[in-house]
Amino acid sequence: MLAVLHTLTDPWADPVGRRALVEVVLLGVTGGALSCWIVFYNLSYSAESLAHALLPGLVIAALTGLPLIAGGAAGLLVAALAVAAAGQVPAIGRDTSVAVVVTTLFGAGVLLALSPSSPPGLGGLLFGDVLGVSNADLALAAGLAVLVLVALGLLHGRLLAVGFDRTSAPSLGVRPVVVDAALLVLLALALLVAVQGLGNLLVVAVLVAPGAAARLVSRRMAPMIGASAAVAVVAGAGGLYLSYYAGTAAGASIAAMLVAAYLAAGVGGGIRRAS
Amino acid sequence: MHDPGTLTPLVRAQDLAAGYGATRVLTGVSFALLPGRRIGVLGPNGGGKTTLFRVLLGELAPMAGTVEVPVRFGVVPQTERSRLDFPVSALDVALMGSISTLPWWRRPGRGERRAALDALQAVGLRDLARATFGDLSGGQRQRVLVARALVQDAPVILLDEPFTGLDAPSAERLESLLAELTAQGRGVMIATHDVDQARAWDQVLCLNRRQIAFGAPAAVLDREVLEATYGGAIVELPGDHVHGVLPPHHH
Repeated sequence: MLAVLHTLTDPWADPVGRRALVEVVLLGVTGGALSCWIVFYNLSYSAESLAHALLPGLVIAALTGLPLIAGGAAGLLVAALAVAAAGQVPAIGRDTSVAVVVTTLFGAGVLLALSPSSPPGLGGLLFGDVLGVSNADLALAAGLAVLVLVALGLLHGRLLAVGFDRTSAPSLGVRPVVVDAALLVLLALALLVAVQGLGNLLVVAVLVAPGAAARLVSRRMAPMIGASAAVAVVAGAGGLYLSYYAGTAAGASIAAMLVAAYLAAGVGGGIRRAS
Repeated sequence: MHDPGTLTPLVRAQDLAAGYGATRVLTGVSFALLPGRRIGVLGPNGGGKTTLFRVLLGELAPMAGTVEVPVRFGVVPQTERSRLDFPVSALDVALMGSISTLPWWRRPGRGERRAALDALQAVGLRDLARATFGDLSGGQRQRVLVARALVQDAPVILLDEPFTGLDAPSAERLESLLAELTAQGRGVMIATHDVDQARAWDQVLCLNRRQIAFGAPAAVLDREVLEATYGGAIVELPGDHVHGVLPPHHH
């Protein structure tokens, strides 16, 4: 019995593990709640694109010693402008212009990060370093969690109305453009904060997978958001256990647990529907 | 009953023209909707019914003429346009009508929930308040959207082809619900393909890229108007008052 308890508590014995746990809980609650709306607003591709496109900003910030969040924000801005500009080129669809811009920016970021003259450790930007979060990072993640949850609470009815039927939303006093913009801003903020813990490649997992999983087992938005946040938190903690005992990379372990949760929800939802 | 002469119209259009870009797709629309009246908006696909509704809702600016509209419209769109996989109950959808009645920072509370349940009761769906919207039948979904308009307390309700795809009992049920709404003094405008159904309503507005006619169905709906509205030949079918309208190039 005591052995089981030790197995459960050992990863959190030192401050590094405890900070990592707090970080994944905060990011899990934020990403979990947000991911339900991301899934229903078909923003998964946008989330992935934005995450990848802000890499050069992160790399330049890391190289010059600026705060990562400032670099990430600048990277997001450049990416948004570039996508808008590429969208103006005739005969290129929106999908294609996004793909071209994102690939270019991501490639540029990788080139910078992995060039021989760059200091080692920039790989952490790609795969995250959840075990290296500082107290300042935690404060940032906590602030983000509060902001996103409050904003989602205030916007709940409007997000439902626009997602349900965008064309008749204006007659209900809801402007779809404003709601879309608010959701995109929340997505961008969540990306900026979460990318530091989970890395450029894996951040998408926490912004998409929990909502995708919760959608399979829940038929109302409010419980779905609760389930999604729970999935994200449990998968985050599970990933840290996996990382601790199997010696795997923390960010990748969390992403793997999130995907496992999605698959389990798929099987569970299928069984429930069949019975 | 009020004397129609003393009533202020809920909607009034005068020489209205509308379109997209520089192209006018609808011209010369003049009509008034009085409280407690049902107007059937008739016309072929592309005849301008949707364009007229978009102008009334303020989504499209008139290119000419004037239009006076109430502060709030209730809109009952075709339910195929809403996402049937969306995780909302009938009650959630009815509650959406309370958004415009609340300040932006307030979420619907007990009072709004009661109003939404009352509205569902009024459309005969109180028992299905917890059902998923997408699981309801087409007629039930239409009635949930009517309930949403009731929660908005909209003086005018616009319905877009509400009878399409409804079986006879559902259509009758919706028809009597529309009669109740007008009895409460609301104005109702119904875009429809069904000429015979529109004969039962107070007025018809016939559109085919321009206004063909507006008035009481008995006075307005003759062969000439129907031909101009639908641009086709009217075929008299056996039996009284039964017309078939054949579009000119119907393949």
